[in-house]
Amino acid sequence: MSTDMHNLTLAQISKGLEAGDFTSVEITQHFLDRIDTLDQNDGGINSFITVTKDQALADAKAADERRAAGNATAWTGVPFAHKDIFCTDGTLTTCGSKMLSNFVPPYDATVVDNFKQQGAVCLGKTNMDEFAMGSSNESSFFGGVKNPWNKETIPGGSSGGSAAAVAARLVPAATGTDTGGSIRQPAALCGLTGLKPTYGRCSRFGMIAFASSLDQAGPMTQTAEDAAMMLNIMSSFDEKDSTSIDQAVPDYTDTLNNDIAGKVIGLPKEFFPDSLDSEMAATVKAAISEFEKLGCTVKEISLPSTDLAIPAYYVVAPAECSANLSRMDGVRFGHRCDDPKDIEDLYKRSRGEGFGDEVKRRIMIGTYALSTGFYDAYYVKAQQIRRLIKNDFVKAFEGVDIIMGPVTPTPAFKAGEHSGDPVEMYMEDKFTLSCNLAGLPGMSIPAGQINGLPVGLQMIGNYWDEANMLNMAHQFQQVTDHHKQTPANI
Amino acid sequence: MEWEVVIGLEIHAQLATKSKIFSGSSTAFGADANTQASLVDLGLPGVLPVFNEEALAMAVKFGTAIDAEIGKVSVFDRKNYFYPDSPKGYQTTQLHHPIVGMGHIDIDLEDGTSRRINVTRAHLEEDAGKSLHEDFSGMSGIDLNRAGTPLIEIVSEPEIRNAKEAVAYFKKMHSIVTYLGICDGNLSQGSMRCDCNVSLRPKGQEEFGTRTEIKNVNSFRFVEQAINVEIERQRDILEDGGSITQETRLFDANKMETRSMRSKEVANDYRYFPCPDLLPVVIDDDYIEAIRKTLPELPDQKKQRLMDEQGLSEYDAGVLTASRELAAYFEDVAVKCSDYKLAANWVMGELSAALNKNEVEIADSPISADNLGSMIARIKDDTISGKGAKSVFQALWEQGKGDQKGDNVDALIESLGLKQVSDSGAIEGIVDDVLANNDGQVQNYINAEPEKRGKMIGFFVGQVMKASKGSANPGMVNKVLKEKLDAKC
Repeated sequence: MSTDMHNLTLAQISKGLEAGDFTSVEITQHFLDRIDTLDQNDGGINSFITVTKDQALADAKAADERRAAGNATAWTGVPFAHKDIFCTDGTLTTCGSKMLSNFVPPYDATVVDNFKQQGAVCLGKTNMDEFAMGSSNESSFFGGVKNPWNKETIPGGSSGGSAAAVAARLVPAATGTDTGGSIRQPAALCGLTGLKPTYGRCSRFGMIAFASSLDQAGPMTQTAEDAAMMLNIMSSFDEKDSTSIDQAVPDYTDTLNNDIAGKVIGLPKEFFPDSLDSEMAATVKAAISEFEKLGCTVKEISLPSTDLAIPAYYVVAPAECSANLSRMDGVRFGHRCDDPKDIEDLYKRSRGEGFGDEVKRRIMIGTYALSTGFYDAYYVKAQQIRRLIKNDFVKAFEGVDIIMGPVTPTPAFKAGEHSGDPVEMYMEDKFTLSCNLAGLPGMSIPAGQINGLPVGLQMIGNYWDEANMLNMAHQFQQVTDHHKQTPANI
Repeated sequence: MEWEVVIGLEIHAQLATKSKIFSGSSTAFGADANTQASLVDLGLPGVLPVFNEEALAMAVKFGTAIDAEIGKVSVFDRKNYFYPDSPKGYQTTQLHHPIVGMGHIDIDLEDGTSRRINVTRAHLEEDAGKSLHEDFSGMSGIDLNRAGTPLIEIVSEPEIRNAKEAVAYFKKMHSIVTYLGICDGNLSQGSMRCDCNVSLRPKGQEEFGTRTEIKNVNSFRFVEQAINVEIERQRDILEDGGSITQETRLFDANKMETRSMRSKEVANDYRYFPCPDLLPVVIDDDYIEAIRKTLPELPDQKKQRLMDEQGLSEYDAGVLTASRELAAYFEDVAVKCSDYKLAANWVMGELSAALNKNEVEIADSPISADNLGSMIARIKDDTISGKGAKSVFQALWEQGKGDQKGDNVDALIESLGLKQVSDSGAIEGIVDDVLANNDGQVQNYINAEPEKRGKMIGFFVGQVMKASKGSANPGMVNKVLKEKLDAKC
């Protein structure tokens, strides 16, 4: 047992437990101590909303017993954390909102259950933008999260708590969800590997909905190997989710070492506009050249509808969320205003008090877009654009194995920098949204740094091609060390 | 001015599925509040709907029964509105792509004619819960047991022209869904509810007038009353030069009026859009045909068969097939006694009268179909007279009301002493005695003109019945008397 166990990857922890180098209780306690000293104190990172210390230690003990009984899996006793969007039976699940600041679900999300079945040890629930709406984690009712690389900057969002927690090595890995870039963008800004799978790969049951047709859960890890290990258990066909797809789940770790020579990488010219920050362009292109050294070829392609992704997304996602969030009405659970006069008053004040500005803004945008007289001009048009975007990708994948580009326009920005201008904030997602609109898998891997802050390389795969993406990412990580960099003073 | 009434009905029928349309909870009526509401029915954060295929099969069955187009791709939409008994803040329904498209039914009118009414569509949707305003001192209770119960909403074309037609339409729909076994048809428990859209227009005008919608009318009688009072209300306004406000109204049966429901500041905009949690429901011809093959005999077919094969009048056949329970009861009686006409007379006559008088439904009839059939068989084989049968009927009724298992029909006839004398020797003996004791009347008979003798024979019949203490077979008495008297003339 060493004092820098927190720098171990998931795969290393799994092997260490297996080899008896340390127990689950020991490593769990080690991470809990780090959370205490680095996260939950004044001026800390604030990446956790809830730390389930007692439960984690009990689960770790049970995992050690399971291992002793000879029933351990690769995941038994391995610590990790859940984004606070996943319902956890008996544990506060806030979705980053005052509205759900008292909500204790009576059930587990399917993804949560998948981890429990393996005997994995959840350390707590990570901070996030309120109802997953945001790109900086500044919309959380529980306060912003600091980027461990530079505490004046934001960690990205909406899975900013998960990203910061892994970057600060408070947990080896965490779950995230991605509706328009909420896994990939914070992964990029925190120097992590993040994967948003094909829509339908992971069950959405128990994952509090933001935009149902776009939401997808995925891993946020230090390495592609860890992401494969996580995706192995996050993926499942679920009869409780009608949009879950009954597609066999391969062992994603099996194909990590396949030879990637000969793969064709498509670079959409729309992802490298003249306006793109030159350092960002150079860093991303340098990363891509590493793939060429591994025998891949590069080809310029075009995704002509790329510019339409932001307007289409900011109609579809708000429209769906405007209905999804209607159940937060103060009647059966969640925040309720004091002394309502009547039902109208109860609705108005409970929702008025319970939701933050960004959530209200999106509910209003969505309500407007679905209104009589505007539906055809906005919602129907946005769905048509969605088809165009999908068709662009389908056509592109006829000639390439994978598409690459930047994840974000810039590295992490300072807290408060974009919070006054929602549209500027929305532009953060311009390279990530189209994946969600098309339902394709997308990934972010560390590609280098600009001014001491990490930036990501985005990989977009064809439908159900996660194994190929993880394989390519893993091979890249065998010849680069961007993913091994950690923030100073952590 | 002469006005034409335009009526369209929207009927909500709860489907008799075992579980709810999007969750595994039971749909049984009457459980303790919120004991049949799962996480999905409660609309907790994170839960997702899963479509119940039994509801699909029932809706398709309905569609094939009304000869409708079936939607091979139907889509669930969200209808957004806030109400405490709507836990998700939207109702999952079908707007643009319903499971059942244009179809039709024939309604039976009081004058014996029938009329075709087209059905615009029928779509699947979820029922809401219930708000309970009593017993919570200043607050309201919410019971979500009903939330998520599958409904089909059946929308008629605006082709109905008066309240009686509306009732006939509602009754026919009731009869079809209960024959199909897809709805229990229990109006008082809310299994079927009717919204009535009513408008008036000057006769001859093509354009529709402004309509009002009377919500949630839950009995046949109320549909007729509600529509009639609404027609009157609209007519008064229009004839005074006023205009009708498009609104939803409630019928108050005590005050015999409709009144505007709490007025909203603005009209509801439901902001329908396709539910992203549910995939489009795609079915093929094989699926539809397989369901079509399971269709039972429907009321119109049964009526036609009773007319064609059993010689019942159109009226009788119509009455007897109007409800599935009555039709089933009647056919059991008819099969038991092998006489459809006699069975029809008894079921529509004595039995219906007794049921109405005692306000008992046919399903709860104290006299079983089997017993009634046996009794009618005893009339047919001359064991009892028609008059005696009425006593047997009465005794069966009384016996059926109690809990104790009564005598069977034959034992009852025996114990009541109603077995009639059909032995011609015995009857001739009585007749001879009566004729011998009433010489004066016999002479009058002989002297009367032949055409007047028919009426005079009644006196002798009465005497013979009296002498036999009512047990003589009246048909035989008549026959023997006539033979003997005519022999004297």
